Amino acid sequence: MREKTQILDGPGISRALTRIAHEVLERNKGTDGVVLVGLRSRGIELARRLSRNIKEIEGVEVPVGALDVTLYRDDLGKVGVQPVVRKTEIPFTVDQKKVVLVDDVLYTGRTIRAAMDSLMDLGRPRLIQLAVLVDRGHRELPVRADYVGKNVPTSQQEQVQVLLEEEDGVDRVVILEPEPSASARRAAEGQER
Amino acid sequence: MALKQKDLLTIRALPAEEITLILDTAESMKEIASRDIKKVPALRGKTVINLFYEASTRTRTSFEIAGKWLSADVINISTPASSVAKGESLLDTGRTLQAMHPDVVVIRHAAAGAPQILAEAMSASVINAGDGAHEHPTQALLDLFTIRERFGRLSGLKAAIVGDIAHSRVARSNLHGMRKVGMEVRLCAPATLLPRHAEALGAAVTTKMEEAIRDVDIIMMLRIQQERMESGLLPSLREYSRLFGLTVERLKRAKEGVLIMHPGPMNRGVEIAPEVADGPYSIILDQVTNGVAVRMALLFLLTGGQPAAAA
Repeated sequence: MREKTQILDGPGISRALTRIAHEVLERNKGTDGVVLVGLRSRGIELARRLSRNIKEIEGVEVPVGALDVTLYRDDLGKVGVQPVVRKTEIPFTVDQKKVVLVDDVLYTGRTIRAAMDSLMDLGRPRLIQLAVLVDRGHRELPVRADYVGKNVPTSQQEQVQVLLEEEDGVDRVVILEPEPSASARRAAEGQER
Repeated sequence: MALKQKDLLTIRALPAEEITLILDTAESMKEIASRDIKKVPALRGKTVINLFYEASTRTRTSFEIAGKWLSADVINISTPASSVAKGESLLDTGRTLQAMHPDVVVIRHAAAGAPQILAEAMSASVINAGDGAHEHPTQALLDLFTIRERFGRLSGLKAAIVGDIAHSRVARSNLHGMRKVGMEVRLCAPATLLPRHAEALGAAVTTKMEEAIRDVDIIMMLRIQQERMESGLLPSLREYSRLFGLTVERLKRAKEGVLIMHPGPMNRGVEIAPEVADGPYSIILDQVTNGVAVRMALLFLLTGGQPAAAA
């Protein structure tokens, strides 16, 4: 895979998260009962940033939890290699809470389905909303995000990669495309001449 | 990641990286025990058969709970109540079970090597839950997990294993496992209960309890069996207890921060004093709790994905 184009830079990510924080407060009429639950690694960092934004806007600290959905995936045993299970750390009850799930990229919707099943096993949320930094389309299940940083149309062969300072050293979102095959490259060269 | 072999038969054959993978996965599994709903769908539709030729409380219950928390279907076969009592062979039992397509078979057997025979005859994943005096790999894994949980690391720690080393599969598996992760091991037993050429096992060997427990981070006590007296290896349990029992007095001479382990079941007052077993340095019950997490990790890793192609 190689980089096709950058769709969000550092400031772009920051503005999107600021807007999403405002939208979460608007939709939920404040912070009462609201908790943020980030998915796997990058969703957790995004949830933390959202919590910080909300603190700046309303002065209230919204709790953040980390959810690992590996054990709820619908493709266990079917993928070639077993995914690594990380810890779920949600140090508060989700009963009666307005849970905002936070993830970096929304694609087929299967991860969110797994996340909801996992949340239901942990308690009975009052409602579940979904915030994603990027929605790349191609849903395979009836799942939709309540808060979207950016809508990015992509093809199935492409990948959307979110890089965050804490984990990757830089804040940016890029679209990756497959390396062209040798014959495609030759054809491209032929065209140039 | 997955484990390279389809079975878990010995610690001896388990690469150190896979030990780490199992322990890391077990950490994530442990969290499930604190939930209200102790169930995740990861092994839904998978079948686990516990085939126990020898008695067990901990290991069998642990595997049963581990499977059930992962949503697997768990079947327990206790051989005295099975056709084995009619004389059915191990291989026939294995073939019969394989015809019912289990995903995992957990076997405890009195004969060393029995799990391997089963593993070769079945396409299901076979887990050794103890084979004679040979190995008890899941015990060693949960022991390592418990040690790592308490000390935050494994490499560089010193452990003393005290008891009937010659007949102990727990001692053997732990010895292999501890050495692979960089721990130093001391074995202690009366000379009649030490294997011949014990030094070749790669551990320091002593027949003196005081020497064994000096400066170690972990003291692991093993159960002394009545049978050893009957076969003339021990004069009396009382004498064993006097020379090798872990008493409150002896414990005082051990290092500050030492932790006491025992695979269970314990002979209170023989190899370990009740005050020590129930005291603040004992992590014996932690071992049991962690056994479920480690076995969950194993079931998960063995049933997921495809094993790497044979070289």
